[in-house]
Amino acid sequence: MDINSGAIHVVDPVTYDLIGLYKELSPDEVRKQTGELHPEISTEEIAQIYDEVRELEISGDLFTPDPYEEKVKDYTKRPTVVKALCLHVAHDCNLACKYCFAEEGEYHGGHRELMSLEVGKAALDFLIENSGSRHNLEVDFFGGEPLMNWDVVKQLVHYGRSREEETGKHFRFTLTTNGVLLSDEVIDFANKEMDNIVLSIDGRKELNDKMRPFRGGKESTYERIVPRFQKVAESRNQERYYARGTFTRYNKDFANDVLHLADLGFKQISVEPVVAHETDDYAIRPEDVPDLLNEYDRLAGEMLQRMGTDKDFNFFHFMIDLEGGPCVYKRLSGCGSGTEYLAVTPTGELYPCHQFVGETEFMLGDVFTGVKKTDIVQKFKGANVYSRPACRDCFAKYYCSGGCAANAYNFTGDILGNYEVGCQLQRKRVECAIMLKAAAQSDGPDSDN
Amino acid sequence: MKHIRTLKTKRLTNTVKTGGCGECQTSCQSACKTSCTVGNQSCEQSKR
Repeated sequence: MDINSGAIHVVDPVTYDLIGLYKELSPDEVRKQTGELHPEISTEEIAQIYDEVRELEISGDLFTPDPYEEKVKDYTKRPTVVKALCLHVAHDCNLACKYCFAEEGEYHGGHRELMSLEVGKAALDFLIENSGSRHNLEVDFFGGEPLMNWDVVKQLVHYGRSREEETGKHFRFTLTTNGVLLSDEVIDFANKEMDNIVLSIDGRKELNDKMRPFRGGKESTYERIVPRFQKVAESRNQERYYARGTFTRYNKDFANDVLHLADLGFKQISVEPVVAHETDDYAIRPEDVPDLLNEYDRLAGEMLQRMGTDKDFNFFHFMIDLEGGPCVYKRLSGCGSGTEYLAVTPTGELYPCHQFVGETEFMLGDVFTGVKKTDIVQKFKGANVYSRPACRDCFAKYYCSGGCAANAYNFTGDILGNYEVGCQLQRKRVECAIMLKAAAQSDGPDSDN
Repeated sequence: MKHIRTLKTKRLTNTVKTGGCGECQTSCQSACKTSCTVGNQSCEQSKR
């Protein structure tokens, strides 16, 4: 991969070695040493490979220098607009998931509460007023469990829609749910109004029920939610949803959970490493990484086998849009937490993202009076791959854009810190994603992918 | 080329002039909610 241009080349071992030497030695020495590494290859062929590499260099597809750093500095000075809110409509939950950063809906010692319609409307008004010229505004109904405050969700959707015409905005609503209260009425409404639904399920029954139990109950959550989630997936034509799980050090064989979800008929799957504090017993530790990397490889291998069959499925972290992906500004500036993307608590407090809710030093203001702690916003605004030293030479930097600020904060105490475990997993995911793309395009450069 | 097969990709260097409209989806809203992943997001301009 040519990091700065985004070009990806599939090469044979001889070419791979020659590219490694290309910038280090003189042309004659590159050819000579490549020949010594591969005595079975003729001098003429090595010269031909050298010329091919040189051609790519001249066309800007290899060894491309980084032309972006100054431009990104200018980009980060742009006025701040908010384009997405994570609405915590319910700080309450009917499950007691072991790894829940929301602490079963209580969020760091806060008490259980539901967002009122008044606060919700103020949040949507805040979003409209602070979104500048952005047309598409995103609102995720989150919790706790948002279906515990379903009437308010529906009224907020209607309110948002009612303001679209006068403001020239378009709301994209999404719902993240554990599925316990997922009725036909909810499914019908969500299919009409929600751009995306995130369905929380961890995978195999035993694991799911261990990590995602009812509060104080013994009933299997898996049994309760699977049929409902299958109904959602089918009713949305297997699009615009994700069956989404979390893996921890208790299921390092998480590929089995992904494959289990695929075998249940889900075509859009996302199973992700837990965000945790170092002291949490389920947190992924550095010694777990080799197993997890192997597991990603195993999963990619299985997906390769299923490619083009009726058992094919999408895995969120192996999806890379090579041809239509985001521009370089998006890739360098990241998820937008603390600037473009904010979380709103049931009482209307604003936080940089859902992961920071309850960390009171990160409370930015509220939806009624706006953002007050602009120093924190500025710090988030400055978070990009150039402000993280570990990102500078990383091949995956334009795919992860510096990683998750909450993860960095949890492990290093600084949102600009480097969460090395996360980086190792991310690099492997990008590697697997590109391998799958290369396989999909293996019929030739004009093949459809 | 005989030894090198180049995949079809968007050239990032070309997006410097055209990019930055900000209309694209916020990555954490899509599915992850716990990890920043940007490379799989779609560009709104290329959808049009």
